[in-house]
Amino acid sequence: MNPWLTALDVIVTREALRFLQQRERFLAALVRPLVWLVVFAAGFRAALGLSIIPPYQTYITYEVYIVPGLCAMILLFNGMQSSLSLVYDQEMGSMRVLLTSPLPRWWLLFCKLLAGVAVSILQVAAFLAIAAAIGIVMRPLGYILVLPALVVSGLMLGALGLLISSTIRQLENFAGVMNFVIFPMFFLSSALYPLWKMAESSRLLHDICAINPFTHAVELIRFALYGQMNVTALLWVCASFALFMAGAVWGYDPARTMLRRKPT
Amino acid sequence: MSGLDVSHVSFSYGARRALDDVSFAVAPGRFCALLGPNGAGKSTLFSLLTRLIVTRVGSIRVAGFDISQTPRAALARTGVVFQLPTLDLDLTVQRNLRYFAGLHGMSGRPATIAITKALDRLGMAERSGEQVRALNGGHRRRMEIARALIHGPDVLLLDEPTVGLDAAARRAITGHVHDLADAGMAVLWATHLVDEIRPTDQVVVLHRGRVLSDGRADALAETGTLADRFIAMTAEDDR
Repeated sequence: MNPWLTALDVIVTREALRFLQQRERFLAALVRPLVWLVVFAAGFRAALGLSIIPPYQTYITYEVYIVPGLCAMILLFNGMQSSLSLVYDQEMGSMRVLLTSPLPRWWLLFCKLLAGVAVSILQVAAFLAIAAAIGIVMRPLGYILVLPALVVSGLMLGALGLLISSTIRQLENFAGVMNFVIFPMFFLSSALYPLWKMAESSRLLHDICAINPFTHAVELIRFALYGQMNVTALLWVCASFALFMAGAVWGYDPARTMLRRKPT
Repeated sequence: MSGLDVSHVSFSYGARRALDDVSFAVAPGRFCALLGPNGAGKSTLFSLLTRLIVTRVGSIRVAGFDISQTPRAALARTGVVFQLPTLDLDLTVQRNLRYFAGLHGMSGRPATIAITKALDRLGMAERSGEQVRALNGGHRRRMEIARALIHGPDVLLLDEPTVGLDAAARRAITGHVHDLADAGMAVLWATHLVDEIRPTDQVVVLHRGRVLSDGRADALAETGTLADRFIAMTAEDDR
């Protein structure tokens, strides 16, 4: 096999094995969106009236509306979790094994990203299966078409995590990522409420939501689940991925690397 | 030359100079101890030798390949055992080694053969199916050395590999690595423990980022012990 693909194979296999051995992580990752779906959505159903907006062709319940956002939420949390594991790997030294492989560093980082996305997609699949079991069912084609949308969105959010991990020196600093990256990204997006609702409250907040790459990941997934392609969202997500990945590769460049600190 | 060649390398963390005009060479078949107290710059030098960081001052050649010009060729010929453990404790020995082999582009039967050979070399073949968590510290270290040999490197770098091990495990690992040098590999072994060094070994004394001495251990020790000579040299340099 080609050495590049061999490296991809072992990196993805390792990530999958680690994930399968951490059942608690799998359950925790599922519980979060399910709580939003079952509890939060029940409470907000009455408060939030939804008009008919694309890709929907009829009135929908609030639970149906937030499913794509919750799929993206899984990708977002996993992207950050992967960056957490990278910070941990740096501290524990196993990142050094990866980075001393005789393959281009950008490719090794990309493999690491893809491995994280593969694990995220398993979780999204489990989440969608449970959602279907409680009556939130998409068209069969939607479940297939959402796959590429999840891959692209997962890569973009994973690249963001990678970029962040290249700037974080210690595991303890990761709490800041939660407060300053995950929550603003999630709440300033169309995951929980449509943007026109946000515009009614604040034009500024609406504009922030509109440029938030996470909003576009949510919309890409939403449209894909209904068998449609949102080209604008796709372009936004791809451009964000390119930007974050370039930043991450720059961050991990050995000439200015995260390891450019006093070795322990 | 083949083996390892470090020539006029300097490196700074901001204003603090960690390495200052470091030069030495390790020929194939030699065991070279990089001897230095804590903070001498050994780990910084290892980061440069493994291209985790790079410097513009000086050059490093591994088996004839310049690490800044042809990093992939140089890394492909380098085996590394880091100071910190780098194993996945929840995976088996075999899985860990297969992961590493894959990072070096090896898969299938060639990977299996290389893994078996490396484990055999370190007397670890019967541990192949065990979870790393179940191994003691000495066996984990041996496994890391076996891992560093899978891709058949010309140069083996070990950064204080006996840290935290008991005397018996230290002796066994030191013996194994000397055997590897005898078999033709260029070995650089960073340590601050003189009892890991044999009289015929090459010793490079590093202190405050500078090379104080480079020669055979018995020549360096002169009429006394290597430990006394090492302490005297570093103390003299401190003055």
